[in-house]
Amino acid sequence: MKRFRYARPERLEAALRLLREPGAKALAGGTDLLTELKARTQEPELLVSVQGLQEPGLRGVREDERFVRIGALTTLRELEAHPLVRDKLPILAQAAQTVAMPQIRHVGTVGGNLMQQVRCWYYRHPFVRCWLKGGEECYAEEGLNHRHAIFGTSPCIAVHPSDLAPALIALDAQARVVGPDVEGELALEELYRLPDERSRARTVLGPADLILEILVPKPSEPTRVRGVYLKAMERATWSFAVVSVAARLSFEPGSEGVRARVGDARLVLGGVAGKPWRARDAEAALRGSPLTDEAIERAAEAAVAGAQPRAHNAYKIELTRALVKRALRSLLPP
Amino acid sequence: MAKAVRAEPEPELEVPVPVRGPERGPIKLRVNGEKHELWVEPRRTLLDALRDDLGLTGAKKGCDEGTCGTCTVLLDGKPIYACLRLAIECEGHEITTIEGLAQGGELHPVQRAFIEEDALQCGFCTPGQILSVKALLDENPNPTEEDVRRAVSGNLCRCGAYPHIVRAALRAAKGLAERPGR
Repeated sequence: MKRFRYARPERLEAALRLLREPGAKALAGGTDLLTELKARTQEPELLVSVQGLQEPGLRGVREDERFVRIGALTTLRELEAHPLVRDKLPILAQAAQTVAMPQIRHVGTVGGNLMQQVRCWYYRHPFVRCWLKGGEECYAEEGLNHRHAIFGTSPCIAVHPSDLAPALIALDAQARVVGPDVEGELALEELYRLPDERSRARTVLGPADLILEILVPKPSEPTRVRGVYLKAMERATWSFAVVSVAARLSFEPGSEGVRARVGDARLVLGGVAGKPWRARDAEAALRGSPLTDEAIERAAEAAVAGAQPRAHNAYKIELTRALVKRALRSLLPP
Repeated sequence: MAKAVRAEPEPELEVPVPVRGPERGPIKLRVNGEKHELWVEPRRTLLDALRDDLGLTGAKKGCDEGTCGTCTVLLDGKPIYACLRLAIECEGHEITTIEGLAQGGELHPVQRAFIEEDALQCGFCTPGQILSVKALLDENPNPTEEDVRRAVSGNLCRCGAYPHIVRAALRAAKGLAERPGR
């Protein structure tokens, strides 16, 4: 680990000021950042701990008229255990439970989970200077790409590792952000971008921008909405998603039981692209018709229609198709 | 990544925030109920501070990157990986290591249960396993087998003592429940 300076401000303005210094980086739970510091894939001059901030709303979960509001410094453990999340946002509770293991969930934060860096073994290797680290080439493109993207076009084919992001995008969540580059509320889906020749960044936030809160809209008719988060892993715990699916359907009023027609649909995939991947064609295939076996098959086919497998990851297409079907079947109204 | 260039200092903040390091400086830690002042760099991990500065070698250094669990300690009663936490970030918190479990020469009931159920072979992962189980029982005194499995899911045991570890946790829970005055 390279040496750095360290500050732990209590006031938000002070943190934002410090973060504008060259080489400054925000530190929340640190469970991802410390692995990067040790591998020297990040070498900040100044770490600004946000754990001392006294800003209201930064910690914990609460609700108002329109939103369930989740502070960015809420830990993953607090999130999975919170009654509001368990009762009103089961997709999110399910996603939080699948992250890593208790020791990381007790420390890792919601904001940090959304902003975490990719797990690509070439990026993470201390001696490999891949494209994402400012080099010329993505070594995964022709190399070991079992865990890499099947969707999206980018010079970097690493996948976004977050479990919370697909779940929160399926919930139409917004991020409340403060900073010099981005200020205000933005749809969580708009937070993410694929790295390109213009910028290697994976989010639209600058280094001095901070997520303060996540706002999840409350459904007007909660009994008509059903959702689920499913995650395929290499083992039953402690694994990043090989593929994950966050699915949320609302069913139209006046149509009941197996004949219930799907109103709105959200289908967001994790582990398959450089950002959380909305399967919009699959969503469109679901809208307006009952959730029959044929509709589920059509949606699963639409979800993988644009996939572009590489030498070692075509299995993800079959896995995605199967996981989408399993998720949708679990949402069939009783 | 891009090399940073030190900028001209900006005007002073109303209440200046102390910026510490990169040289060594004092940090205050509370470990097993005792206060310590250490003289370390901000980059010092909690694990290195415990082992090398305080001589508490119960927390082991296995992978040093959050993938094995041998460095598990309790932070305010919750299990964390000491290798993924800066010591300086633990100021104001209470750290418990395996050395802090026995009281007055008497082993903690979880430690006793591990011996009674033969829940270890080489013993390298044991301090972490015991602390994960202790944190579980503090939060949930009557866990199911599944609860135990989830609680120790972040602690690898390459000897494969898992079935005995689960039995030890359930035995400790039973013992604690039957203890008078609890």
